[in-house]
Amino acid sequence: MALYSETVMDHFQHPRNVGEMEDADGIGEVGNAVCGDIMRMYIKVDNGIITDVKFKTFGCGSAIASSSMATEMIKGKPIEEALELSNKAVAQALDGLPAHKLHCSVLAEEAVRAAVKDYYDKNHIAYDPAMFGCDSCAHEHDHAPDGE
Amino acid sequence: MYVYADNAATTSVSKTALEAMLPYFTEEYGNASSLHTPGQRAAEALLKARETVAKAINADAREIYFTGGGSEADNQAILTGAVLGARKGKKHIISTAFEHHAVLHTLEKLEKEGYEVTLLPVHENGVVTAQDVAAAIREDTALVTIMMVNNEIGTVQPIAEIGAVCRERGVLFHTDAVQAVGHLPVDVKALNVDMLSMAGHKFHGPKGVGALYARKGVAVANVIEGGQQERGKRGGTENIPAIVGMAAALEEATANLDHDMAYVTGLREKLIEGLSKIPHSRLNGDREKRNPGTVNFCFEGIEGEGLLLWLDAKGVAASSGSACTSGSLDPSHVLLALGLPHEIAHGSLRLSVDAWNTEEEIDHILQAVPEVVDYLRDMSPVWDELERGVTPHLI
Repeated sequence: MALYSETVMDHFQHPRNVGEMEDADGIGEVGNAVCGDIMRMYIKVDNGIITDVKFKTFGCGSAIASSSMATEMIKGKPIEEALELSNKAVAQALDGLPAHKLHCSVLAEEAVRAAVKDYYDKNHIAYDPAMFGCDSCAHEHDHAPDGE
Repeated sequence: MYVYADNAATTSVSKTALEAMLPYFTEEYGNASSLHTPGQRAAEALLKARETVAKAINADAREIYFTGGGSEADNQAILTGAVLGARKGKKHIISTAFEHHAVLHTLEKLEKEGYEVTLLPVHENGVVTAQDVAAAIREDTALVTIMMVNNEIGTVQPIAEIGAVCRERGVLFHTDAVQAVGHLPVDVKALNVDMLSMAGHKFHGPKGVGALYARKGVAVANVIEGGQQERGKRGGTENIPAIVGMAAALEEATANLDHDMAYVTGLREKLIEGLSKIPHSRLNGDREKRNPGTVNFCFEGIEGEGLLLWLDAKGVAASSGSACTSGSLDPSHVLLALGLPHEIAHGSLRLSVDAWNTEEEIDHILQAVPEVVDYLRDMSPVWDELERGVTPHLI
């Protein structure tokens, strides 16, 4: 199918880290069923490192692929690095997404941040609330990388 | 096995249609407007095709205008109604909320030009009634345009009854019969229609060709200005190969209609029975008032695009009302018109089969769909919450 890159199709058909986590340290859920995408991300944190990630996604092929790619990109990384994960980086790692599907990569970025925020909240770790300002409906954002 | 179950989107050109077309690309390439022999041979082919198409819908050859497809025929019919109405000071048009975009977008354009449009709500079973239409007709109603078969869910509208109401009230009536012609009996006199649209590629003819039927006495408005082709109503050299191919395909479909309707209905029923076994699924649209080959299901907890991509990988070509495939983020306007909530409308699947499909193909579909639905539900947080009772099931 020409709609998606081979990498997107690979992550859609063979999603990495799909599932739930019983003892998650942080859980983030973004999107809503009315919009047609929901991502739930679970993280396990040890000494500031994200040691395990799992996700569940309701959404189109690129939403599933974006979730899968985002989990691969943050697994084994320090939390600070995970917070720097941008939607653009997710889309690029997927070898691009169609313009009208870029919101899926935004959702993946937001799911990671929501999971980290939940971890901070649960562990009473202080943070600057401005870091997590971005929690409205992903569709309204214009995060389109240049040239797409 | 790869099963093509998207015949409502388009069909393969039949062998009969292709063979009828081929000479008109090479040996018989004349322009039907030319006076010389090759030109006159093309003109003869055009006339014969016009007679064939007219006969298939019980019309007169002079009532058939060939177009560049179903959308163009819809545009032309609506514009005709608008122009004729405006001459009498009538600028109100009635249609439904679940028409094809060829109709809806044309109506939106007319609204910007000062016309008033009433889009009738559709009942939950995907049908509008003649009573709904009668209640909406006003003194200034210029046109009623209602599709015969809905392209997404396959429900059949009571066109003859609606036509009778329009006749009685003196309102012009058009039906977009793109999904009906070649699949259901279409008799323009029995249906009480003034105008009707069809598209060749929906019944194993070629793409890029269609026809508008306009009853004798209806002064058709031009969409494309040009020469005197189509009695001056559609400029541009006629696409003779495509027109000949469409006529051949329609003649073939009409000859096989009784047999094919029974056969395809059997396939459809088998699909409906099989898919209904999937928990928390629902058939969209009336079970009975349905064209032979179209089935539309919603599966709670999953999104349509993933379903389609997986079905393609498993050897089933299907489509979805899901927006994801159309470049818009909104779910199907058709499913929303039936009153389905957004979260359900996102998970829809349309399978459209026809006489070219086999029982074995239906078995293949019925094996693939439940597997894919289970797989996607398993990774869906929405399904998770439904199963744990956090949110109530809607289906």
